Amino acid sequence: MRNAFADEVTSLVQEKDNLVLLSGDIGNRLFDKFKEKAGPRFLNCGVAEANMVSMASGLAMSGMRPITYTITQFMTSRCLEQIRDDVCYQNVPVIIVGVGSGLGYASLGPTHHSCEDIAFMRALPNMTVTCPGDALEVRAILRQATAHDGPVYMRLGKKNEPVIHESVPDITLGRGLMLREGDDVALFTTGSTLPLAVKVADKLSSKNVTTRLVSMHTVKPLDTDLIEQSFKSKRVVVTLEEHSLIGGLGAAFAEWMADNGPQKAGLYRVGTSDEFLDKSGGVAYARFHFGITEEAIVSGVLYRLNSSANASVHAQPS
Amino acid sequence: MTATLTQGLSEPSLPQLGPFPDGDLGGIAAYLRGRIIQMSHVARTPHLGSCLSCVDILVAAYWHALRIDPAEAESADRDRFILSKGHAAMALYTALAYRGFFPLELLHTYNTDGGKLSEHPGPWCVPGVEAATGSLGHGLGIGLGMAYAGRLQDKSYRVFALLSDGECNEGSVWEGALMAPAQHLENVCVIIDYNKWQATGRSEEVLAVQPLADKWQSFGWSVEEVDGHDIPVLCNALSVPNGTGKPKAIIAHTLKGKGVSFMEDDNNWHYRIPTVEEVGLAFDELGLQ
Repeated sequence: MRNAFADEVTSLVQEKDNLVLLSGDIGNRLFDKFKEKAGPRFLNCGVAEANMVSMASGLAMSGMRPITYTITQFMTSRCLEQIRDDVCYQNVPVIIVGVGSGLGYASLGPTHHSCEDIAFMRALPNMTVTCPGDALEVRAILRQATAHDGPVYMRLGKKNEPVIHESVPDITLGRGLMLREGDDVALFTTGSTLPLAVKVADKLSSKNVTTRLVSMHTVKPLDTDLIEQSFKSKRVVVTLEEHSLIGGLGAAFAEWMADNGPQKAGLYRVGTSDEFLDKSGGVAYARFHFGITEEAIVSGVLYRLNSSANASVHAQPS
Repeated sequence: MTATLTQGLSEPSLPQLGPFPDGDLGGIAAYLRGRIIQMSHVARTPHLGSCLSCVDILVAAYWHALRIDPAEAESADRDRFILSKGHAAMALYTALAYRGFFPLELLHTYNTDGGKLSEHPGPWCVPGVEAATGSLGHGLGIGLGMAYAGRLQDKSYRVFALLSDGECNEGSVWEGALMAPAQHLENVCVIIDYNKWQATGRSEEVLAVQPLADKWQSFGWSVEEVDGHDIPVLCNALSVPNGTGKPKAIIAHTLKGKGVSFMEDDNNWHYRIPTVEEVGLAFDELGLQ
């Protein structure tokens, strides 16, 4: 995703003369082409994220369209107050881009994991929260974000993730992107778990379970029409994310359910549990630890489908 | 400009202000101090000491140094002034109102339910407020963004950020202090209201802010130390482009509570609210009655 971001932002800087890219001293070589085209509209802000975000807000207040870019953990919780006060409170068009989100930097340890950032960003008034599912969604969302008149958070994966779409999808912020339709399950994924969601849907299909698969690239504002329709028409609604069950996509769905009364379908949330992963390991290991695997999710879905067939009220096993 | 202030100030014994002394900067500063003390009493809001210490800086900036036109408050070419020490909002509001940015009557709505003027300034809550502040350590970074935008847009405006010495506790101040010289942002001017106090103690005892001027100098800023209550000196310091290729830091030595003997250098006035009698005494000392 980061290469797609670098490539797309390089195109955009040639189209928009007010676009500025601020980097927190990362992306060595990644932005070489951008720098060639942008000159002083690229600014390495050093390892000083708070100042980078404040500067971005000052730039936006003065007619520029700044994008800030660094590793998600440092781009969000490190400078949360600057995002809150300087960007969201002043409601200025700054695009906050975090790279290596969720477990993307699993092997670097919990200081570099970001399984709380959606929760932080989602709670901020005026903020739009986006999590592209593949490199092509990155391109589409970045274009939408640069046209949006307010703060946008973009939660990127790392690099070399499978590309799911065949071409740049037609995306509207705040509207889920349906990849396939099915009768039994609605599977909503946000961010870098999109390829895994495709595998889950394929596996379910081989077991004669059909799935509505949605890339929920925007977590805020939430596509409540699609959520409501899915709870009405499917037997199980699944949320999938590389993020804590506290405050992420699944939590947003649970909040929606709490506000909208009993639903025909049950909710099955897949995400990281409330702990730091204190063992070394790569992305696959980290996902396995948190149960974010094809096998675990398929079996969880089948269990719930069986339960719903046997009971009118869905008990949610813990 | 003539002030006729009665609305919201109906307490019978509350001292009233006379006409606004347009023209004489020292007189303007005294008048603003009186108005701030009145506001603190009426609205029951603290930070009086912090407001009084920066009044002369605000007068030098708004009545002399800044290239601004209150009628064109959003002009793209205007100089920007950010009150990074947002808790001195009463000082900013009074300066802006009497400088003509918004009607004086609005001052009566300060800290009232549903009003525009909170105890810390909100984003463009009134014309002239360049940035919402209140949490310390944000104004410099915002100002640097404005200054960098000015460079990209080939504009000649300057950006001023007024910080407190206590605010220099914040790490983000020093992130900004490292950035501005690296980018040779000569159009940035930081003013430190160095009143030697912070909320609960002497600033030199809480954290090692001293030697403050040396710190900014060593970070690559062009530093000028001034008496923060000498308005002509402040006017000169704020106006003169430094011509060094470096951002400028003005260390303004001030007295917390300046202008009222029983408030000066007494940190109780960080939080204390003046009684009506104390407002009267203050007006006497400021020559306002």
